[in-house]
Amino acid sequence: MACFIVPGAEAIVATAVMIAVKKHESRLAAPSTGGAKVPQAENKTPFSKKLGWLCSLLWGGVALLAFEHIWHGEVVPFPPFLTAAADPVSKAEMLHEMATSGVAMAVLVTLIWVGMVIVSSVLESKSHSAVKAEGKV
Amino acid sequence: MTLLITVFAACVATAVWYKTYGKSEMKPGVLALMYWGASVMWFVDAVVEYAELKSEYFTPAPADMLNDSFLGFSVVALGLVIWLVIVMVKDPKGVIRKKN
Repeated sequence: MACFIVPGAEAIVATAVMIAVKKHESRLAAPSTGGAKVPQAENKTPFSKKLGWLCSLLWGGVALLAFEHIWHGEVVPFPPFLTAAADPVSKAEMLHEMATSGVAMAVLVTLIWVGMVIVSSVLESKSHSAVKAEGKV
Repeated sequence: MTLLITVFAACVATAVWYKTYGKSEMKPGVLALMYWGASVMWFVDAVVEYAELKSEYFTPAPADMLNDSFLGFSVVALGLVIWLVIVMVKDPKGVIRKKN
């Protein structure tokens, strides 16, 4: 009915956070700011890029699910835009679906992203320590 | 059926991303993430539907299956269009910027 609205809201927040983190990272990396340049491991993926993975997952899913809802006539190009919002019974059903399926979608995508970030961080630290060990030999 | 087709598209896009990693500027990773995001969301939908229908979920009516397949292929096409727009806007090879 409108379950994609919940991950959509998360996508907006994630994109805003990503832009802020990107700005912060570029400020830290710029030598002209007067501050010392923060050294970053050569093979380390910036956190803004990792947030970009979450944004791609969320926006991609939301766009394709929104298309599915248009296909099924659940989203229309005129107010109230969601056909379920027209009568109170359907509206309650829609809100219930958003609270169950919508939240589950957002949580599952976020958990998968957390898994990706953990795996990538472990791999990066492993390769970093391997490079360090090679340098010592 | 829509979930199945999207998962296949996600697997193909991921394989392309892996094969061309570091060589391609076409951002196949973005396409793969888009399809995976949609697949995860439809998976949740499928679990909810399965909880309601039980084994009936696996025996859809032929007309529903045809409609879902049509939707699945349309979704894959839409994903490709969105990805192409992203590539054209970012223009990693500078082809469009060079012409203007």
